[in-house]
Parts: sequence; C-alpha cells; structure tokens
Amino acid sequence: MLLRALPRFGSRRSLHVFERNFMVYRSQWIMLVSGFFEPLFYLLSIGIGLNHLVGPLPVNGRLVSYAAFVAPGMLATSAMNGAVIDSIFNTFFRLKISHAYEAVLSTPLDVADVALGEVWWALTRATAYAASFIICMVLLGDAGSSWVVLCWPAAILTSLTFSCLGLAACTYLRSWQDFDTVALVQLPLFLFSATFFPISLYPHWLGALVAFSPLYQSAALLRGLSLGQFEWIMLMRVAYLVALAIAGITLAARRFQRILAP
Amino acid sequence: MASDYVLEAHDLVKRFGEFSAVKGVSFSIERGESFGFLGPNGAGKTSTMRMISAVSQPSSGTLSIFSLDPRTQGPEIRGRLGVVPQEDTLELELSVRHNLEMFGRYFDLPRKVLRERATELLEFAQLSERANDKVENLSGGMKRRLTIARALINRPELLILDEPTTGLDPQARHLLWERLYRLKREGVTQIITTHYMDEAEQLCDRLVVMDHGTIVAHGAPRELIVQHSTREVVELRFGTDSHEDRHLQLAPYAQRVEVLPDRVLLYVNEGDDTLRQLHAIGVVPTSALVRRSSLEDVFLRLTGRTLVD
Ligand SMILES: Nc1ncnc2c1ncn2[C@@H]1O[C@H](COP(=O)(O)OP(=O)(O)O)[C@@H](O)[C@H]1O
Ligand SMILES: [Mg+2]
Repeated sequence: MLLRALPRFGSRRSLHVFERNFMVYRSQWIMLVSGFFEPLFYLLSIGIGLNHLVGPLPVNGRLVSYAAFVAPGMLATSAMNGAVIDSIFNTFFRLKISHAYEAVLSTPLDVADVALGEVWWALTRATAYAASFIICMVLLGDAGSSWVVLCWPAAILTSLTFSCLGLAACTYLRSWQDFDTVALVQLPLFLFSATFFPISLYPHWLGALVAFSPLYQSAALLRGLSLGQFEWIMLMRVAYLVALAIAGITLAARRFQRILAP
Repeated sequence: MASDYVLEAHDLVKRFGEFSAVKGVSFSIERGESFGFLGPNGAGKTSTMRMISAVSQPSSGTLSIFSLDPRTQGPEIRGRLGVVPQEDTLELELSVRHNLEMFGRYFDLPRKVLRERATELLEFAQLSERANDKVENLSGGMKRRLTIARALINRPELLILDEPTTGLDPQARHLLWERLYRLKREGVTQIITTHYMDEAEQLCDRLVVMDHGTIVAHGAPRELIVQHSTREVVELRFGTDSHEDRHLQLAPYAQRVEVLPDRVLLYVNEGDDTLRQLHAIGVVPTSALVRRSSLEDVFLRLTGRTLVD
C-alpha cells in the first residue's frame, strides 16, 4: 500500500540494503536475542508488578485487569523504541559518521532504494519482535481476547510509522549530542500517550493534545484489538499511522538526497 | 559507439544555492587514459567528481558517460564505474572481506563470484592477512587500499579517484601509485584528482588545472610545463632580508621572478648559469637550489598562488 502510494519509489535493488543490515546483525546476535527478551521484561516488570497494586479498570464498559490494559500499550512502546533505536542510531551512523551510504550511492542504487531498504529491514524486525511480544502476552494471560492476533499487523504498522519518522528525524541530527533531543521527544511521548492509564484521566486539553501522538493512536488501536472491542475510530487510527509513515519516508528520501547527493 | 570518449563534459556547472562550486568546465576523456584534475582545496574537484560519477546532478551543462545520460541512466552508468571517494566510506561494522563482498552485492553480482573476486582483490591490496579484521582497526593506508580494492569489485571500465593518497605517508603513496599503474596497464581508464603536483606528473597522461571552479589550463604534464614555465627554476632564500626587495634586483636575470613569503623563484633556462651571474654581481643567498620546472610552477604562474599552502 505504502509502495503504490509513492509511484516509482525505489527498486528491487533496495533488497541489498536489507542484506547489508542482515550481514551486520548476524555478527551482533546478542542484540537480536535481547530484542526477543525485551517484551518479557516489560510485561513481567510493569504488567505483573503493577497488576497487584492497580485493580481492574473499566474500558468501554468492560472491566479488564490492569495487565490486560497495559500490555497493548507496552507493545506499542516496544515497537516505537525498536524502530527509533534502529533507524535513528544505525542510520545516523552510516549517514553522518561512517558515510557508508555515500558508498552505496556510487553503486546502481539510488537514494530511494536506500530509504526503502531500511524500511524493509524495519518491517522484518518488527514482524519478528511483534510476534514474540504477542506470544508472551498470550502466555502470561495478558491478551484480552483471541482478536489479539490482529495486534500483529497493527504492531508492524506502528514500527513502520516510527521507522519512517525516525529515518526523517535522524537526517536532522548533527552529532551524538543531538540524541538528547531525541530522548527529549521520546520520553514525554512515552509518558503522555495513555500507555499506562486511560486517556480519560488526563485533563481535557491534554487529552486533545495526546490524540496527535502516534504512540497513543497505536496503543489505543492495539488495546481495542487485544480486547476485541471494534470501533470505527480504529480505521482513523490506522489511517493516521499510515499517513505519518508516508510523510516520514517521503521527507526522509528528500533529506537523504540533499545530504548524500546535493 | 557514438564517440571514442568514455566521458564528455560540456560547460558543467554545479551550484549550491547562490554559490557556484564549478563554473562551466568542459573536458573529454579517452578510453584507457589517466586523466588528472590538479587544483588546491576548494577548486571544485570533488564537486566535479560527484557529477561525473552520476551521483549529483549538474546544475547546467551536458554530460555523457559511456555515451549514456546520467540523469536518466544513472544506475546503468554507476554499474560500470568504480569510485574512490575523498573521504573513506567503509562499513566500519563489517570485516575487511565482507566490505568487499557486500559492496559487490549492490552490483547484483552472485555471492560465489564475489568470494573469488574478494580473495583476488585482498591480494591486490595486500590485505589478505587482515581479511577477517574489523575495518576500524586498519591503518589509514590500509583503509585507502581497501577502498580502491572495493571500487574494483565490479571490474569497472572507468575508475574515479578523488585524492587517493591525501594523508598517506610516502611509502603508502608509492604502493598506491604502483597499484594504479598496474590497473592502467590492464586498460582501466582513470580519473584522478590531487593537489600533489608530483602525483599528477607521475600518474596522469593528461590533466586539467582547476582553480575557483574553472579550468585554467589543460594538456599533458610536460606540455603544460613547456607552455607555461621555463626549463629550470632557481630557488633562493635570503635569511632575514625582505624577499620583496629582491624583485627589482633579480628581474634582469630571469624570464620571470616569483616572490613567495619564504623564498624567491627565478624562472630560467640554465639555472647554474644564472647562479654564476648572480654571484658575479654579489648576490649571496643563504641557500640556492636549481631544479626542473614542475606543475607547481605552472599553477603558480596561472593563479599566482601555490598549490598546497
Ligand atoms: N554540499 C555543499 N554545499 C555547499 N557548498 C559546497 C558543498 N560541497 C562543496 N561546497 C563548496 O564548493 C567548493 C568546492 O568544493 P570541492 O568541490 O569539495 O573542492 P575540492 O574538492 O577541489 O577541494 C568549496 O568552496 C566548498 O565549500
Ligand atoms: Mg575535494
């Protein structure tokens, strides 16, 4: 869908960028394995810990355990973090430190291939990590319904959106110091996106603001799917995430072009 | 084929906003030759290289590479080029061998072929022993050799080298030169930028001298020297004296006098004769050196400045 929306964007050669990432990660298998354990840590620490302190909550008229409430939020957060770390740190490194992308552009690949290749990679990682997260959710009894399987594509979409935004964002970073700014954006996004508690607890004005947070939209979408509570607004949430992904990758490709082949 | 030239550029311009880094340069490069761009930092060499490697688009002018149009046939052109960029762009997270193999994958070459080529190229770059090391741990000269080896993975017809030896010690430079001669014998067309005149003299069949985004001279190194300089140069140093004051006194004894901050250059045909004449009129420099004219002198003549400041 994303590909058809952008005519003539990238080519089959973008798969070589994927291949390159695979080559690097093969030698960094610790990172891969830790990616699979991350969801367990999230779910065990926050889910189980707080589950005993916080009672069940009403969500759309249904009473659900705090663990079932918070798990989709954690899934959204983990999708965001994975995407941001990968696209921002690794892409920044090759864009501004090792200048490895410059070398790639002296081969038949062009800027769109590079951007698209990074998206393929992000999607693959997201697919694997989201699956492991959802399996953990089910095993720990945090899935609200069997509709939880739909969280899989939704979590992949979340990763895609954040990867595209991250690719665009990392082109604006000048040095490692600028990563503080990334944290400065990511932390409030994490704290104020109704991932831990319902949006109804926020003051009204803040709630309106929170609606713009892609993390909130993702968490709300995942929560609805996990609990099997379907609403029309979920389509809006999907559309919002898709729109941000397209905006992100378009901006990223333009910025890459300006930096790499001015 | 439409032309005998591997590359033809006509009136190329590269603008960055208001600033023109390349202000209308034209040149044609024949198959099998080594063609140089000699010029100081900021002359526009790299900007030109990026255009002729079909990476950045010219702001105006026409460019044809292998008789193809880089605007529409970029991937096809780049598939037949080898590029050694000015700054190293190696994959620091991959091993030496994997740098070569992965780079070849971008050209859609099969893995089996790449394993063989990588082994050959590691030999060529004298890096076989370091094949499995991380690139981070290599010396500057080794990284440069690896970058050149990497540019050869697709067996390019045209090799574009942007300051291939800048920052290397003399030994590493000579090793690189030797590798480039070998490639030339194998028929690879080369385009080399440099701000070392000895490198340009050694490596290039023909060259252009660039300054401030324009070509100020072109020809074979010897031709340029004959055309723009004398046979010999006498370099004089006068200790604490102001060199500026010497100009009038020395002018009658040379075809041309250049006064530099640290020395005076006399352009003459027979340096030893000139020294004798100066001695006769009582000019006693603290040091005197007679040498053959070089491209450095051509550059000085054409621009009034030295190449490396
Ligand atoms: N991307 C860019 N944006 C703005 N100015 C640039 C850019 N790249 C090069 N320049 C300027 O263009 C001029 C020529 O640079 P360059 O082509 O790198 O010269 P050289 O390789 O001969 O040292 C320099 O003044 C440089 O600052
Ligand atoms: Mg340069």
